[in-house]
Amino acid sequence: MIRFILIQNRAGKTRLAKWYMQFDDDEKQKLIEEVHAVVTVRDAKHTNFVEFRNFKIIYRRYAGLYFCICVDVNDNNLAYLEAIHNFVEVLNEYFHNVCELDLVFNFYKVKENTSSGQTGQSHVFAVP
Amino acid sequence: MVPVGRGMPFIPSVLAVVGAGAARMSRDTPWCLEAFYLIPPGTHANEGIQVGRGKSKEAEIKRINKELANIRSKFKGDRALDGYSKKKYVCKLLFIFLLGHDIDFGHMEAVNLLSSNRYTEKQIGYLFISVLVNSNSELIRLINNAIKNDLASRNPTFMGLALHCIANVGSREMAEAFAGEIPRILVAGDTMDSVKQSAALCLLRLYRTSPDLVPMGDWTSRVVHLLNDQHLGVVTAATSLITTLAQKNPEEFKTSVSLAVSRLSRIVTSASTDLQDYTYYFVPAPWLSVKLLRLLQCYPPPDPAVRGRLTECLEAILNKAQEPPKSKKVQHSNAKNAVLFEAISLVIHHDSEPNLLVRACNQLGQFLQHRETNLRYLALESMCTLASSEFSHEAVKTHIETVINAPQTERDVSVRQRAVDLLYAMCDRSNAQQIVAEMLSYLETADYSIREEIVLKVAILAEKYAVDYTWYVDTILNLIRIAGDYVSEEVWYRVIQIVINRDDVQGYAAKTVFEALQASACHENLVKVGGYILGEFGNLIAGDPRSSPLTQFHLLHSKFHLCSVPTRALLLSTYIKFVNLFPEVKGTIQDVLRSDSQLKNADVELQQRAVEYLRLSTVASTDILATVLEEMPPFPERESSILAKLKKKKGPSTVTDLEEAKRERSADVNGGPEPAPASTSAVSTPSPSADLLGLGAAPPAPAGPPPSSGGLLVDVFSDSPSAAAPLAPGSEDNFARFVCKNNGVLFENQLLQIGLKSEFRQNLGRMFIFYGNKTSTQFLNFTPTLICSDDLQANLSLQTKPVDPAVDGGAQVQQAVNIECVSDFTEAPVLNIQFRYGGTFQNVSVKLPITLNKFFQPTEMASQDFFQRWKQLSNPQQEVQSIFKAKHPMDTEVTKAKIIGFGSALLEEVDPNPANFVGAGIIHTRTAQIGCLLRLEPNLQAQMYRLTLRTSRETVSQRLCELLSEQF
Repeated sequence: MIRFILIQNRAGKTRLAKWYMQFDDDEKQKLIEEVHAVVTVRDAKHTNFVEFRNFKIIYRRYAGLYFCICVDVNDNNLAYLEAIHNFVEVLNEYFHNVCELDLVFNFYKVKENTSSGQTGQSHVFAVP
Repeated sequence: MVPVGRGMPFIPSVLAVVGAGAARMSRDTPWCLEAFYLIPPGTHANEGIQVGRGKSKEAEIKRINKELANIRSKFKGDRALDGYSKKKYVCKLLFIFLLGHDIDFGHMEAVNLLSSNRYTEKQIGYLFISVLVNSNSELIRLINNAIKNDLASRNPTFMGLALHCIANVGSREMAEAFAGEIPRILVAGDTMDSVKQSAALCLLRLYRTSPDLVPMGDWTSRVVHLLNDQHLGVVTAATSLITTLAQKNPEEFKTSVSLAVSRLSRIVTSASTDLQDYTYYFVPAPWLSVKLLRLLQCYPPPDPAVRGRLTECLEAILNKAQEPPKSKKVQHSNAKNAVLFEAISLVIHHDSEPNLLVRACNQLGQFLQHRETNLRYLALESMCTLASSEFSHEAVKTHIETVINAPQTERDVSVRQRAVDLLYAMCDRSNAQQIVAEMLSYLETADYSIREEIVLKVAILAEKYAVDYTWYVDTILNLIRIAGDYVSEEVWYRVIQIVINRDDVQGYAAKTVFEALQASACHENLVKVGGYILGEFGNLIAGDPRSSPLTQFHLLHSKFHLCSVPTRALLLSTYIKFVNLFPEVKGTIQDVLRSDSQLKNADVELQQRAVEYLRLSTVASTDILATVLEEMPPFPERESSILAKLKKKKGPSTVTDLEEAKRERSADVNGGPEPAPASTSAVSTPSPSADLLGLGAAPPAPAGPPPSSGGLLVDVFSDSPSAAAPLAPGSEDNFARFVCKNNGVLFENQLLQIGLKSEFRQNLGRMFIFYGNKTSTQFLNFTPTLICSDDLQANLSLQTKPVDPAVDGGAQVQQAVNIECVSDFTEAPVLNIQFRYGGTFQNVSVKLPITLNKFFQPTEMASQDFFQRWKQLSNPQQEVQSIFKAKHPMDTEVTKAKIIGFGSALLEEVDPNPANFVGAGIIHTRTAQIGCLLRLEPNLQAQMYRLTLRTSRETVSQRLCELLSEQF
């Protein structure tokens, strides 16, 4: 299952965070920093998967944004990798050529898009 | 649930930027824009409030405070706000909160928005609630009410919003309020598809946080039928829900298997455009396929009819992998391969179709050379599990050349690591020498992060497949030479054990370490191994003038001063062994021991060894020396702890199961060189300590040996039980319940029930353990094991016979344990049960309630006697007292029953205060009888107890006090 979803830019600023496990605020902050540290050092020749604590992170980079999903180790890597892409396509459709700023100002819409994404809710994310 | 990093303003000094020319993703976004506005969503830019031109943090705070004041005055104003304005201001508050500022008002207005009939207003209300309202808020009643109304509204959009809110908050309180309602919505015939979808996911969320609050019931069978639903979104959501539920309640959801197979078969055979919205880059419903395949992995292979159809599906998926791609896009190949990898996982999980296993292996073999790093990585990972199946092990081995190259050529360390894992998994007697050589050569350049693991793996493989022990010794010495810092104690202990146990390799080992020690710089671990081996077997090479006794001694002593204290201690032991082996160097060694740097060493351990060894070498006759310093006896067979360490490193979830499965299946292929004696009770493991002589009763801690704990250091290559599982949850509670009683159910899960019946007399006892198979399937390889730590083993003797390894479905087997208390003890033995159920390996550990108080005999005595004895035991060590809060209602009769159940006599009219309880009894052990007096003083007002125990032995008082104080 998905443990959390993070969207960060290259500088480590969080654009969206969604937690499916209980963490307190300090722990969340720590996770955010750790994820940033492991993901940003990797280059295009690397895999899109990183072991992370007892979980793994599946991530994909779009321009300056990293979309990261933290899942259990035995979860299907490629399915989540494509779930990210699917999500980005939905955002793109919705915002007509999505950009980082869209996520910032329209936070309330993005939120809506992900709230049903319990376990990488398949194909169509409900777009209002 | 905070959607954007809380506490971290995500725009440094800017509240918001009006869209003009907002940077697209293709270039880096300039964050310091000149003008900033606060735009309430759903409003036009010109309605946004320009907030000024300050760029500093202070300016931002000032601006925000101004805005907050404005909103507050609006909310407090006399004029009632219309819905639109309310929404606008609540949304602004939310935005400010997300910027990292605290918000302490507006909750009421947000709750009001919930009852609006406009979607946009309701939506902002729910958003605010899910982000900002915590569970203990007083508003929770109002919120729950609003949610209830929306759930009952029959308006799909409103129901959706309400369900999302429940899921997003996901708290226990939410589960308490709605866990009963949601299943009804989910299975109702007239619920809209989109609502069903949300309801399924919402229920899943609640089940994950509070499984106990989601009642199973007649809705479960109807949920299973959602797998047949026409709407694929509903099927997908339902599959997620069912998979999670089925993991905990396999029986209840058994019928989902055939439905999942037929659904999968319809997807696999559909043309790539059939499913319309659910076709992703020409792949029909990839996520749903993956989920269905995962659901099937919760169960063993289905019965023949369904199985045939499933095999057809899996074959179709494998066939599709061979077809030319329908699109060049990576999305197409990813989606297709996601399904393929999940199908392969299912094939491996079933492990019963040789044909499919080999096909899967060939498919993965093609991926090993694919240009996509992701695919190479995943192929290596999957092949690792395939290597453990007897059907595909050989097929995996054919790819050895590709895999061997991977560590040298891959750029990503995680891919290299997978390659090393696979090499390890595919290793057997036929290719061990090649693989070990490759791993050694890779070790020289390997990443620091994975060196220790490689070292462990090499050590294990070298031992496991050593036909020729000279090869083994060479390999380990090479390991120490190449990566000495990463060679853990277990590894070098192990080489010594093996050399000591096998006389054919001792001469070779002595010669090799002697040569290795010639190097000008050698690793300290090599000095340890060298010191130990030469001390034992130096005589075997002493005939050669190049390695005469004196040369050996000088060689070792030349390293002495560069070594740490434990190594020096070991070398001192080597020297005294030399005194026995080679009388001609006695003088030289005595001179060394006598030197101030030894006799007056600041380290007590070294000083003591020097003093004792020097004395021993002067006073003892040759005969006595020869007896005391005799060659070490062989170690008990097969006491390797290296693999346990490897497992611990990798974490229990992934590797253990795999290793276990592997060991189980390929025991005959990989059978270690020396078969282990199967034993029912785990023997404690004497670690080969660095202390050669075991002489020093006085030295504080012998250098080196790790604390041995029965469960962990069990042998790993043989078929004897593997590492025991951690204690089952709730085990402690159950254990405490048995302190004052002897019979009952000790443990229960979906598969297994363990009951106990026991009786004790004086220092003896007998316990019957009943294992009940609650399923309809036979348990195989059923092995219960009693595990005692060293300490416990000395004080408590347990004898039992093995039980029949097959336990039929619904059957119960019993096992009798004879118990003798040798001396007082504190720990409790652990009962570890391992067995196979269906295709999966089960491992359960529980603490067995054999406690010191079971050996109590009650003693009646009069008040006068009691207080006389009480005074006799007035020594501070004899008394232990504990003051604690009552955990249960303070009922006199219950307390009395507990004290009697504890084993002591309950003495009435002894204590001057009638509210107090006093008890007396004798603990019987084989070696001693220990009189015990106890006194329990309840304080009803404070709901506290004071418990005092006086016995003639401190440890007994301590333990009894611990046990009894848990009971009230």
